[in-house]
Amino acid sequence: MFIEFLWVLLLGSLLGLELIGKVPPTLHTPLMSGANAISGITVLAALTLIIKAGDNPVLLLLGTVSLGFALFNVIGGFLVTDRMLAMFSRKPARKENR
Amino acid sequence: MSASLILKYAIELVAVLLLALGIKGLSKVRSARGANQLAAVAMALAVLGLLVNYAGDGGIAATAWIWIIAGTLAGGILGAITAQRVPMTSMPETVALFNGCGGMSSLLVALGVALFPEAGGSDLVAEVSIVVSVFVGAITFTGSIVAMAKLQGWLSTPAWMQSRLRHAVNIALAVLSLAAAVKLIASGEDAQGLSLLVIGSGLLGIGVTLPIGGADMPVVISLLNSYSGVAAAAAGFVVGSQLLIVAGAMVGAAGLILTQVMCDGMNRSLGSVLFGGALGATSGGGGGGGEYTNITSCSAEECALTLEAAERVIIVPGYGLAVAQAQHTLREVTRVLETAGIDVAYAIHPVAGRMPGHMNVLLAEADVPYEQLKEMDQINPEFPATDVVLVLGANDVVNPQAKNDSSSPLYGMPVLDVQEARTVFVVKRGMSAGYSGIKNDLFELSNTSMVFGDAKKVLGDLLTELKDLGLGKK
Repeated sequence: MFIEFLWVLLLGSLLGLELIGKVPPTLHTPLMSGANAISGITVLAALTLIIKAGDNPVLLLLGTVSLGFALFNVIGGFLVTDRMLAMFSRKPARKENR
Repeated sequence: MSASLILKYAIELVAVLLLALGIKGLSKVRSARGANQLAAVAMALAVLGLLVNYAGDGGIAATAWIWIIAGTLAGGILGAITAQRVPMTSMPETVALFNGCGGMSSLLVALGVALFPEAGGSDLVAEVSIVVSVFVGAITFTGSIVAMAKLQGWLSTPAWMQSRLRHAVNIALAVLSLAAAVKLIASGEDAQGLSLLVIGSGLLGIGVTLPIGGADMPVVISLLNSYSGVAAAAAGFVVGSQLLIVAGAMVGAAGLILTQVMCDGMNRSLGSVLFGGALGATSGGGGGGGEYTNITSCSAEECALTLEAAERVIIVPGYGLAVAQAQHTLREVTRVLETAGIDVAYAIHPVAGRMPGHMNVLLAEADVPYEQLKEMDQINPEFPATDVVLVLGANDVVNPQAKNDSSSPLYGMPVLDVQEARTVFVVKRGMSAGYSGIKNDLFELSNTSMVFGDAKKVLGDLLTELKDLGLGKK
């Protein structure tokens, strides 16, 4: 099991290294913000903790607070990235309206 | 394999694929927005896959559902409100805040499993991954919060933090954290070691981030973003989720590359950003300091007259423009110039503002056409053929010292060659130094005139003057 996980870790890292090469400076902020939203994937860990908590109140609480933090990261991150990117993409549309 | 397990694997595979495509797409202007939405869909899928799997595999207790819904609502609503309300000028702080919360989430999960091993595991693998998750999670959290507070101006760097003493303090904190980690791994359940680890790594995050100068903050936020990926991957080991490991590793690695790309743009090495301390602190010694002697200042009226006679104008926006929220007024001014047949372009320095891409976002908000935004390498050869350059609240990025004076702390940083243009107007609130605290030789050149005042006010005056001259009417 552990070895499998290590493979997953290795391949995931290699994939991440290859994914972005040349990024125009315009996109540095949105890309960082988008990647940041993805790092909120710890929602999965938080959910797992809650589900496995049984009726242990401390675990339930820790899991729920963790879930809240992670979702704050995810939802806020994606929305704010979208807000930034919307400003780039709406330009041509407006021009056509004129 | 049960049906729900197969479904889970299928969903997870699709989610990983979409996440990878999302990150890739985010690095191209055309596809960026769609890619972001794709990543959001992938995230939703991943959550769905997890719930489906657990629901099929023994079910999810009613109490668990209640807690899940409570956490989802709290985090989701707060996140959505924050994302809508926050002004575009404070994007860097916002990203830092979100990032810190991601780190906190990993930290809390690891704490939970550490306290109650039945929720995860208690073998060596579990212990090590808990330690990594707590350590990186805590550094990410405190580091991001400090970064946010510094960018907001809530925190400044205490003097001792700029001295060499800070290295000793940070090394001590790192050793403390390491000792706590070893103790924790060796002895298994150990509340004392755990709390020591949390405190040590939390303080380390503060100690490492606090001395870093504001101009370097974006790089630090990007690096912390990479850390939060690592923390997520570690949390993946803690709870045994392969998807979490892949996604965390992807963000961790991609964040590292982005950090490097950003460093390259500023001509700084990652090492000098992390350990060099604030640029401003060292500026006294170089060739930079000194008083201004030969300043020409002029009124908005004179500026307007020169602009009217120009054929080609380049705007250089900086943080001052963002602070004054003058982007819309600027757009009105450039519209007037354009209707008068004057060619207008914007020169965007890679680190203008407080974050790469900051100016692009800001100007896009004011409806400036994307094609008019020119990157540094693209626009630098065009300055000699330009009549008027209007520098709006930018300073260090137009300092010729970076090219001419090898003793200057700025030396080597790529800058915009605005001094090559026929006339340069610098709109600035006063003669205070730029972010680096270094004197700007540009202001003393004979073809430079200073227009003192808040960018928004000066641009407003300029607009009135230009209209009085009869420009902007068809």
